[in-house]
Amino acid sequence: MTHADTHNPDRYFIPHNAPWPIVGSIGMTALLAGAAMAMNGSASGKVTMLTGVAFIIVMLFGWFGQVVRESVGGYYNSQVDTSFRMGMLWFIFSEVMFFGAFFGALFYARVFVVPWLGGEGHGVMTNALLWQGFDPVWPTNGPAAIGGNFDTVPAFGVPLVNTLILLTSGLTVTMAHWALKNAQRRALVLWLAATVTLGFLFVYLQAEEYIHAYQELGLTLGSGIYGSTFFMLTGFHGMHVTLGAIMLTVIMFRAAKGHFTDANHFGFEGVAWYWHFVDVVWLGLFVFVYVV
Amino acid sequence: MSTHSTATIAQDHVHDDHHGAPKGLLRWVFTTNHKDIGTLYLVFSLLMFLVGGGMAMIIRAELFQPGLQLVNPEFFNQMTTMHALVMIFGAVMPAFVGLANWMIPMMIGAPDMALPRMNNWSFWILPFAFTMLLSTLFMPSGGPASGWTLYPPLSLQTGNSFAFVIFAIHMLGISSIMGAINVIATILNMRAPGMTLLRMPVFVWTWLITAFLLIAVMPVLAGAVTMLLTDRFFDTSFFNAAGGGDPVMFQHIFWFFGHPEVYIMILPAFGIISEVIPTFARKPLFGYTAMVYATASIALLSFIVWAHHMFTVGMPLGAELFFMYATMVIAVPTGVKIFNWVSTMWRGSMTFETPMLFALAFVILFTIGGFSGLMLAVVPADFQYHDTYFVVAHFHYVLVTGAVFGIMAAVYYWLPKWTGNMYNERLGKIHFWWSVISVNVLFFPQHYLGLAGMPRRIPDYAVQFADYNMISSVGGFAFGLAQLLFAFIVWQCARGGVKATAQVWEGARGLEWTLPSPAPYHTFEEPPTIDDSMVAHGDTAH
Repeated sequence: MTHADTHNPDRYFIPHNAPWPIVGSIGMTALLAGAAMAMNGSASGKVTMLTGVAFIIVMLFGWFGQVVRESVGGYYNSQVDTSFRMGMLWFIFSEVMFFGAFFGALFYARVFVVPWLGGEGHGVMTNALLWQGFDPVWPTNGPAAIGGNFDTVPAFGVPLVNTLILLTSGLTVTMAHWALKNAQRRALVLWLAATVTLGFLFVYLQAEEYIHAYQELGLTLGSGIYGSTFFMLTGFHGMHVTLGAIMLTVIMFRAAKGHFTDANHFGFEGVAWYWHFVDVVWLGLFVFVYVV
Repeated sequence: MSTHSTATIAQDHVHDDHHGAPKGLLRWVFTTNHKDIGTLYLVFSLLMFLVGGGMAMIIRAELFQPGLQLVNPEFFNQMTTMHALVMIFGAVMPAFVGLANWMIPMMIGAPDMALPRMNNWSFWILPFAFTMLLSTLFMPSGGPASGWTLYPPLSLQTGNSFAFVIFAIHMLGISSIMGAINVIATILNMRAPGMTLLRMPVFVWTWLITAFLLIAVMPVLAGAVTMLLTDRFFDTSFFNAAGGGDPVMFQHIFWFFGHPEVYIMILPAFGIISEVIPTFARKPLFGYTAMVYATASIALLSFIVWAHHMFTVGMPLGAELFFMYATMVIAVPTGVKIFNWVSTMWRGSMTFETPMLFALAFVILFTIGGFSGLMLAVVPADFQYHDTYFVVAHFHYVLVTGAVFGIMAAVYYWLPKWTGNMYNERLGKIHFWWSVISVNVLFFPQHYLGLAGMPRRIPDYAVQFADYNMISSVGGFAFGLAQLLFAFIVWQCARGGVKATAQVWEGARGLEWTLPSPAPYHTFEEPPTIDDSMVAHGDTAH
């Protein structure tokens, strides 16, 4: 940091001496090794995981805190800003591809696997020899009915409400951006607060829906291919919404503290982009997981 | 590797932008300098190359004779699995990222990588991930033994190491994605004024395209192995037919990652060869723009050919035909590259220093690997070759005499720029000839073994395969030994030697050669003015 004190703003800001990445690596390793230990039934797995989480939290506060101080301190010129923007956009692209893998699994299972198990095309002998009598209709938990009977979550109940919530939150975050550009800080904070509230409301309703599915519908992660794709897609999406809502909360507090100007607010925009991304993923989920 | 005067180091304490390298071990842990991080990547890669090579030696020792002599079959399978994971994710990919770190900022006139702190993190995930991955070998149930492709249901039978392997792969993916994001942001945002996209060195172009591939497919691998993990531990049925899933679905998702991954490991090598050949042929690269478009075409095609890895698994006929023809189309842009390299050499004033020797071997031997790939692309023929040693021979020609030879050409080519010293040319040539002969003794007979029907990934084989296996093993040991010489040459060059000039090679063109050797700790803090004499490629330069 002291290095930045003498920094020439015409030059690209090159930070020196970064202690946070190694903290992050230790945290990530402890978290994942702990998770692996826990999956293998080791008693010390959870403690190791929590240690990892602690490291990661320290890393996040330290790293982001430093970047925020440098940004507010005016060390970043517009070229640095562009690097951050490119970084965020390509990160979101990588997230799109991550969800793409699970959407791909859903489509492949529905379009190919289930009909083949039912004897279509080259699956005729598979069906005749192994899975006679299997009725290949979606939703299914497969010819062996893995996980037992289940009912699906109807699309036009809570999922529809959640769709409206997320779409509205996309609107409120845009209103916040508009307020920021017009230097209306109070409106900025309020619109952000509305977005955060809608975000956490979505997560709450989703959690309620999960409880309902597990306790009353018999739909679990173990309900064959339907349960697998349903919970993996909505689960990873829910994790991303939670993360996005936490990020928005941080941005809200920063806005209340007086950070961001109409010219310099990449932190806000990066999170807003991320929020729109989880919004778009949800639309895909709503159509392909719930409606179709 | 860097030799800085005490005066520049002392400046560090006044927090000036022009300071040199800090001292001590923590320099390497906390560094944000692209040259330091490049060095870390390259040294790590060399270490992993030797570790993975050691595993290959165990494999070749067991296969020296038919029958089971040295290791038990379970351990043999762990060796084939880990050899691949270590070589792909530990040796080849980090070597290319290290070269990108060192060279891209110097080639485009940038002061550093675009996101220097994230750059540090990209590297410092790797040692942790590989500690986790390699530690599985010492677990009571042993390491993963299902092959690096981790096909279910076999991979789901892995013991306690399974979750560790999956998480190590996640970490490697995170590292690769961050590295790739950094490369893209650097190339698109940090070029000096006048360094337009079509003036960039081909190495920079190939890395731009490689970085796009990495960001596109590493998350898909993460998704695939996550589904394996939940199938194993959380009752999902993605790859279980009884639950409506399909083990073949894993292969589709995996190879949607896997085929672009193959090009991730070769495109930067294409870039390196496109730098080295013009320098030693003393002619500008023939068909610069064609090279760029060919690289982009190969990258885009790589997304629609994945199922040629699984022709025998049971796919509809239409799919087999589509993937066969799509795969063959890749030969067109690849052929463009080969012909362009040959045309670059045509009537050039060639000299044959070690980097050029490796580049020439690359052009010839990679082409052999390409042709055997074309044979494998033919569906009815592949039904015969699939999972035989023919496949092993094929991908070792493209990855060892392709990717690894490309990396070695790059190391010899740029070592003087990095260290300020010339490497020992005589030893370099010995390393080359020793490697190029032994690698062919090692892998060429495997074509015949495969055509004769020897399956891969087995510790024992029928006696009619004995002769070629013995020849192959002898070649393997010789090739392994040659790489110890390589490590020695690099070490010796880093320690000292004949001082290198700024341009190093008589025919070298490009921004990096305008810098002193060794390149100062900070370069291009003020963007350079680009004129045509500094541009590496294009017909105006030479």
